[in-house]
Amino acid sequence: MPLSRYLRDRKIRGYAVQAVVLAVILLGGTWLVLNAAENLRRAGIASGFAFLDKPAGFEISFKLIDFSARSTYARAFFVGLTNTLLVASLGIVFATILGFIVGVARLSRNWLLSRLAATYIGTIRNIPLMLQLMFWYIAMLTPLPMPRNAINLGDAVFLSNRGLFMPRPDPAADFWPVAVAFVLGLAAAIVYGLWTQTNWRRTGKRLPVLWPVLGLIVLPALVVRIIGGPVLDFEMPRLAGFNFAGGLRIPPEFLALWLALTLYSAGFIAETVRAGIKAVAHGQVEAARALGLPSGPTMRRIVIPQAMRVIVPPMTSQYLNLLKNSSLAVIVGFPDLVAVFAGSTLNQTGQSIETLAITMAVFLIISLTISGLMNWYNRRVALVER
Amino acid sequence: MRFTTAIALALTALAGAALATPASAGILDNVKQRGQLLCGVSGKVPGFSAPDAKGVWSGLDVDYCRAVAAAIFNDPEKVKFVPVTTTERFTALQSGEIDVLARNTTWTFSRDANIGLDFVGIMFHDGQGFMVNKKLGVNSVKGLNGASICIQNGTTTEQVVSDYFAANGMKYEPVAFESADEAAKIYDSGRCDVYTTDASGLAARRTTLSNPKDHVILPEIISKEPLGPAVRQGDQQWSHITRWVLFAMINAEELGVNSKNVDQMKTSKNPDIRRLIGEDDSVYSDKFGLTKDWAYRTIKLVGNYGEVFDRNVGPETGLGLQRGPNQLWIKGGLLFAPPLR
Repeated sequence: MPLSRYLRDRKIRGYAVQAVVLAVILLGGTWLVLNAAENLRRAGIASGFAFLDKPAGFEISFKLIDFSARSTYARAFFVGLTNTLLVASLGIVFATILGFIVGVARLSRNWLLSRLAATYIGTIRNIPLMLQLMFWYIAMLTPLPMPRNAINLGDAVFLSNRGLFMPRPDPAADFWPVAVAFVLGLAAAIVYGLWTQTNWRRTGKRLPVLWPVLGLIVLPALVVRIIGGPVLDFEMPRLAGFNFAGGLRIPPEFLALWLALTLYSAGFIAETVRAGIKAVAHGQVEAARALGLPSGPTMRRIVIPQAMRVIVPPMTSQYLNLLKNSSLAVIVGFPDLVAVFAGSTLNQTGQSIETLAITMAVFLIISLTISGLMNWYNRRVALVER
Repeated sequence: MRFTTAIALALTALAGAALATPASAGILDNVKQRGQLLCGVSGKVPGFSAPDAKGVWSGLDVDYCRAVAAAIFNDPEKVKFVPVTTTERFTALQSGEIDVLARNTTWTFSRDANIGLDFVGIMFHDGQGFMVNKKLGVNSVKGLNGASICIQNGTTTEQVVSDYFAANGMKYEPVAFESADEAAKIYDSGRCDVYTTDASGLAARRTTLSNPKDHVILPEIISKEPLGPAVRQGDQQWSHITRWVLFAMINAEELGVNSKNVDQMKTSKNPDIRRLIGEDDSVYSDKFGLTKDWAYRTIKLVGNYGEVFDRNVGPETGLGLQRGPNQLWIKGGLLFAPPLR
């Protein structure tokens, strides 16, 4: 009979089982959500996402987009999100650079250099990040003076315990030709740089790189500015009462968080890089030496490209760790996503489930994006086995 | 076959969980069964709730919880103090992790109406104040335009400062920390010009700074902060008990009954006193949930409001606070408890 034939077919059985398991998971998830909603209703606790449209009622000191106490909680969420993304991306970039340097230094034949790198790695990895963060914050604040006695660099840059104040570029209306010229020059410089590489591969001739690139970046903008006249105003910071007003401000909270995250992750990345370099077969280095390549190009062109296959997967987890560690910002008073949304907003609206769910979902999306990008890069450099 | 068995088991488990109803015993029954009251406190505010070097808890909120425990168990030590942060305090109460939240929490409309809590009374009438360094030469809040203010993240303090400065056309730079300790420490280092919290907290905090004499508390109080205990909404009996323990303490001070003379007061002819300590049970009923001498136990084992105030935050203590608005109405203050009648 046809039914028993269907039941015995392994593929169909497989699909059926998967469908049932999926249904069970979906039902379980729905039941959890409905149960929570019913319990909240019974306890008289407000639920739903209507709170996102209500005015926030608090100020945020560091923001990349406009925000005031009358803005909504949804806008506060975006302020926190941009702050987290800023500190995480800067942390990732600088931690990678520092980690590579320290990792290669650890393998140096110079005894002092490798010992210094080993001490750095050993200290940083064994102290909890929270303590390191508080240390850097206090270490940064203690020697800096009050704004009235701020360190003054040419009456334009001021350093005090309220932060670093710099002139802020304030473009006038006819700034755009200069900006366009600059961007075109930059694009031309990049194209030229890449073209010298291809040309070298094809013909073996090495064309000059440094001066033409610099010239292409600087000259077009300079020429347009000379023709058009001065177009860039700067907003200078001035001492007004308690603090400086105007200008570009980098608060010590941001610096401390970025520094702590960078140094901490760099220690781990250094070890990952060291493992990757060691994983490259020594025969490659011997062959490079036999060809007469000095140790600099050997490392840059032979060893590291092959080491990247081993380095990239653990690097992904270091980047994700850095992103999650940025949530310690509330300890030093930096308004990141967790401090603003899962801290202030959660407390003032009392809606813990909604705010925490949104925060977790956002971290999940960012982490998946980082992993996705790293996996794509990993596939590009992977060994293709035949 | 193994798959089918697993799925059948999973479905049964889900069905069982869906059909199970939550336990609906009252909070008082739970507390009596546990033998202990779970009291959510801060643990970091001297004078309100803090353990000393030997781990013994003391404070205004601590004594309130001890009063409730004395009323229920005749033993003020049958309390477990659970330190909760500002982020988790309401969730801990809503979910039943603690029975009562005595954490110098401000009674506001949104907290009362929107998050399923019931505030049972005002333990301490407070208001928000500012502390600045004397070197700044500021002697009024109006002179704080543009200042950096160290605040604790997620408190009513954040909102009140924002509202006040906006209403007066002033700007400020908020630096919001997770813990009040951190905020005070960073204020001490000079990063912030101002430290703000409830006025009672300012006095306590000043004693912990490196040079207490360098700091001055500005005279203005810019908000009402009625601090009081809260319980979960929905259990009327528990709300009544927690509310009337507080009222009994205030009424006791008004009637002149304290822990030292409550035994002699048993022979008093004053009908109010007789009703308070249970000698006269004409207004008592079993529905209340405790035995008729519940207030006697509270007063004898913990004390009346005045004793609790003087012991924890009074003029003789490190905080050195005067009664101010926390005085009986007959002496010009705001303490006006409904009568036990």
